[in-house]
Amino acid sequence: MADTVLTAPPRSPLSHAADRLAAATRTSGGAVRLAELPFLTQLNVRLDAKGAAADAVGLALDLALPLEPNSVVRAGELTALWQGPDEWLLVAPPGAQRDLESRIREAAADEPVSVTDVSAQRTTVLVTGPRARDLLAHGCPLDLHPRAFDAGRCAQTTLGRTQIVLVARDEPRAGFWVLVRSSFAGYLADWLLDAATEYHHD
Amino acid sequence: MLLIPCPWCGPRDEAEFHYGGQAHVPYPEDPASLTDEEWARYLFFRDNPKGPFAERWSHAAGCRRWFNAVRNTATNELVTVYRAGEERPVTAASVTPATSVTPVTSVPSEPRPASPARPAFEDEPVQGDGGPGAEPPAGSTGGPLVSGRGGIGKGTQPFRLTTGGHADRTETLTFTFDGTEYQGHRGDTLACALLANGVIHTGTSIKLGRPRGIFSAGVEEPNAVIQIEAPFPEPMLPATTVELYDGLVATSLPGQGRLATEPDPARYDAVHTHCDLLIVGAGPAGLAAATAAARSGARVILTDDRPEPGGSLLGAGEHLDWVEEVTGRLDTAPEVRVLRRTTVFGYYDDNHLLAVERRTNHLGADAPENVSRERVWRIRARHVVLATGAHERSLAFADNDRPGVMLAASARTYVNRHGVLPGRHAVVFTTNDSAYAAALDLREAGVAVAAIVDTRSEAGEWAERARAAGIEVLTGHAVTGTAGETRLTAVTVAPYGESTGQREFAVDLLLVSGGWNPVAHLFSQAGGKLRHDEALGSFVPDTCRQAVEVVGSANGAFDLPTVLAQGAAAGARAVEAEGYTAEAPRLPATAAQPRTTPPMHVYVVFGASDAPRFVDLQRDVTVDDLARATGAGMRSVEHTKRYTTAGTAGDQGKTSGVLASGVVAELLGVDVSALGTTTFRPPYTPVSFATLAGRHRGALHDPVRTTALHEWHVARGALFENVGQWKRPWYYPRGGEDMEAAVLRECAAARESVAFMDASTLGKIDVQGPDAAVFLDRLYTNMMSTLKVGMIRYGVMSRLDGMIFDDGTVIRVAQDRFLVTTTTGNAAAVLDWMEEWLQTEWPELRVHCTSVTEQWATVALVGPRSRAVLGALAPQLAVENDDFPFMAWRDTTVAGIEARVCRISFSGELAYEINVSPWQALALWEALYEAGAPYGITPYGTETMHVLRAEKGYPIIGQDTDGTVTPQDLGMGWAVSKKKPDFVGKRSYARADTVRPDRKHLVGLLPVDPAVFLPEGTHLVADSELPAPPVPMLGHVTSSYRSAALGRTFALALIKGGRDRIGERLYAPVGDRLVPVTVASPVLYDPEGARRDG
Repeated sequence: MADTVLTAPPRSPLSHAADRLAAATRTSGGAVRLAELPFLTQLNVRLDAKGAAADAVGLALDLALPLEPNSVVRAGELTALWQGPDEWLLVAPPGAQRDLESRIREAAADEPVSVTDVSAQRTTVLVTGPRARDLLAHGCPLDLHPRAFDAGRCAQTTLGRTQIVLVARDEPRAGFWVLVRSSFAGYLADWLLDAATEYHHD
Repeated sequence: MLLIPCPWCGPRDEAEFHYGGQAHVPYPEDPASLTDEEWARYLFFRDNPKGPFAERWSHAAGCRRWFNAVRNTATNELVTVYRAGEERPVTAASVTPATSVTPVTSVPSEPRPASPARPAFEDEPVQGDGGPGAEPPAGSTGGPLVSGRGGIGKGTQPFRLTTGGHADRTETLTFTFDGTEYQGHRGDTLACALLANGVIHTGTSIKLGRPRGIFSAGVEEPNAVIQIEAPFPEPMLPATTVELYDGLVATSLPGQGRLATEPDPARYDAVHTHCDLLIVGAGPAGLAAATAAARSGARVILTDDRPEPGGSLLGAGEHLDWVEEVTGRLDTAPEVRVLRRTTVFGYYDDNHLLAVERRTNHLGADAPENVSRERVWRIRARHVVLATGAHERSLAFADNDRPGVMLAASARTYVNRHGVLPGRHAVVFTTNDSAYAAALDLREAGVAVAAIVDTRSEAGEWAERARAAGIEVLTGHAVTGTAGETRLTAVTVAPYGESTGQREFAVDLLLVSGGWNPVAHLFSQAGGKLRHDEALGSFVPDTCRQAVEVVGSANGAFDLPTVLAQGAAAGARAVEAEGYTAEAPRLPATAAQPRTTPPMHVYVVFGASDAPRFVDLQRDVTVDDLARATGAGMRSVEHTKRYTTAGTAGDQGKTSGVLASGVVAELLGVDVSALGTTTFRPPYTPVSFATLAGRHRGALHDPVRTTALHEWHVARGALFENVGQWKRPWYYPRGGEDMEAAVLRECAAARESVAFMDASTLGKIDVQGPDAAVFLDRLYTNMMSTLKVGMIRYGVMSRLDGMIFDDGTVIRVAQDRFLVTTTTGNAAAVLDWMEEWLQTEWPELRVHCTSVTEQWATVALVGPRSRAVLGALAPQLAVENDDFPFMAWRDTTVAGIEARVCRISFSGELAYEINVSPWQALALWEALYEAGAPYGITPYGTETMHVLRAEKGYPIIGQDTDGTVTPQDLGMGWAVSKKKPDFVGKRSYARADTVRPDRKHLVGLLPVDPAVFLPEGTHLVADSELPAPPVPMLGHVTSSYRSAALGRTFALALIKGGRDRIGERLYAPVGDRLVPVTVASPVLYDPEGARRDG
């Protein structure tokens, strides 16, 4: 709404942990880098992958929704994660949710499509650095070897004792996104920081 | 852990899935037409076959898709998976695994050696010159006998050879045992450092208190189980596996240790890893397998429980250059990981193996604080090669437990590997060839070997070689007794099976070899079958359905060329099965060996005296104990094990298990092959709970879920209640208040002015699509399709049996969109429930469900002044009752923040629930706190929420219900639609059981004394005096509180026929009193609902 006046800057689920994440990055001497990527736009999109809406939405977004399970398609600043045979998570820079949602709904027209803003449902933790895979392997049962989980892969799985969406970024140096439910973000940050202790560089 | 192949996501750990029971049990077309019996059959009866069974599973932690699987219930193998809605595929009765790994058996590529068992350890036992142990210790062969306690004192290491072995003599480590300071070297175990100092007596036995000494050189040790005192107390560690470090302090134990009383400061962690080939054991077979696979590009993991690879080659002192070369290649090969000090202790489904790596123990006080002390490796391997070696077996002869009695190959290991003499004067007692190599090596190292006592009448070429070296060989003889207290002083020998013709030898060391047991523990854990090998006289791996091969002495092969060939072939086969090209490994050339003579299978040795003949040294179980067990009728080794405790100690019977089977077989007069072994179960060696817990302890024990307002609650001194994994503010004590005072104050604020609470934990599900209303009509007991956009309805969900499952509000956001709330603890279960019905029963419905629990933060604003507070912050919102009625919702801004405000009340007061983005929740909360200050706005927690709702008789699902309660039982028949043709649970409300008049109803209870508090769970009885048991119970208290508004205590209870008892007097047994109570309506406060609209 145009007349909305924000009284305070938004607070992300891990704003309270930013200092500790930065400290762990420093202490590791760059072996692991941990940081929250707050406020990313996240839209849950549900539609029939074989229906007319899929093509129309793809055209409108200039991005073909990935049909291969656990794969990622990226176009510009927009990333589409496969979540299920009729389910995707669109990730974009902060603030894009309304525009994206209306583009999808307009493109789908009368075809049934569900769009849900879930930008605050999860926050994103960036895990990069040469030891990023080792760090995640402390708690993630998936095979994270580059042969099995390289750029363009994503998975809904577990890390420690919480569920996550794990995304291998395009470039190896870009590392991983770990998307975690906001209520679990504090636990996950504590877990990652504890696991990162192993990589302290003195 | 099973690897379940999700039809969408591929193989994932079983932990990511939820089980959904039998597949292909469709919801009946017309439940109303079914008889009670037919409906009950649908509700409660499922098949339970042995063998293939079609089941439903949900990939709950992954793509959330339901699918079907055929699982063999007898073997736990997944035969196939298929998507929901697909026909069950035809599967053969004989089961094949769902994964593409081809199971292989342990049958080696090489023909099984026809020659009888012989250890792999020797090919050139007599060294020409310069070999290990060529330099005898100071003095000539032998020397004086010493006592078991050594006592020679600090720094001397009188039993240390000046050369040979792998001890780093340049680095001297100081340690303390039983208060005496000693010195050893880097590379020693505690046992070997003690032996170097002449100490062999390391404890007393648990039941009989007999002195016991170091018996072996490895994990099989039954005797030398000690306590580490510093740097951190740890009980019951075999001294043969404890690596020496500077400053180690240990004590001997009387059979059992002491747990630390302070928290363990060390870190523990875990790593998940995956590989094409896991090789367990880096002895000759394992190294050969690894080197065949190393350069193929396959991902290979090689584990060994020792600090350095080599295995039995280190003990034999042979081919050490090859070991070094191979190890160097493995350490630098890409995709090869060599895990030293790592014990694979568990072998589970689908080639999932657990190993523990001891990472910093050996560093003592130098261990870095940030490095985990021990690490659990969770390994998923495409193929496994087990090269776990063999354990030498003892013999049950009289007084076979004295310190100084030692397994022959272990003594050889101390000499060759560690450069330590376990004694000065020895007799060797054997039933097979392998002990001859030990005798020869010990003699070479300077031990006076008085005699080799061999039960066999002929000992062939090995005996000739021993005699040529000047050792007396007594064939057809046995040891019939021993003497000595803290250390062996003498051994009595007689012709085998006879008591006459005895000879006595004054020795301080008796080497024993009763044969060899392949280490088949992991193979057996994997589901592998063992078979009895007649030649070997022990049990060897046979077949297994998992992708595993067993090689080397673990497979019953004991000559080095065969061992190496088996290893290399298995390593190559494994990587080639994964599409890699193995290379022909360079294997060491092995010298010709003396011709072997078959071993004799001996378990119990005839002895003249009635001295005990021990079978299980750690449990003090003797042949006589086993005879008592068989005398009492035990006919299985599983029974004799439990009757006598043989094999149940920390060593799990590694040296005694087969011996016990052999003894029991003799007692029963059956063949040992018919008797078998006891079951092998994980862990192979003890693993501490701290290690298994890893980092999941303390604050990380279980995830803590917090809301966006959590820090505010903490700062305000809230005490928290765990609701599922959520931390919810329980109450906010002020200035020394106890809970009772704080809750009375918070309740009063809500009823008299205004109060607010963080309700963000409520589950929220977005339900979208053209069929959303139809879908909700089917799932809720009440009608949702008639709800108007802009309005809210309370809804109840029940299971198929009609019992309440969850409740919450339903907001109609748009014609095809609803926002459903669930109870805090049930959010995930409700979403799963919705998906289950959508995906498995109603795939034709065009509707999607998405969790938005954390997309919104919710603040409940409650009390007669709530309208004033909201109005002040939401200038665009018409807050008057006519404009914004009860059960309506409005989108607006509150304190400048976009908000959805719902007029819902869980207290009976005028109340709002304000939903905003959690990113702005704190700003909203603080704005409410400020705007409410003039009215004394009070934050309240879950306890006050419970009191307020209970005063109004609102049930909490899961507290006032327990899965046996219908909406009608709660007095909520009004929430059960009579108009809808069907919904989940409807048919059950017509079952005879759900219409019984004596069902338990939710009612209020008022103790006659208004100060008496009824504990939740208290039962209710009819009479003021308890009749004789069984006492007829009428029901129980589900909720109980002190009410500020009522000025008294009250409770809610489920009482048989409760609504017909209102006004009746019942009794509640509390302690030894019967408390009189009056049954009342559950709505005790404002029954006319006058306060709802302010």
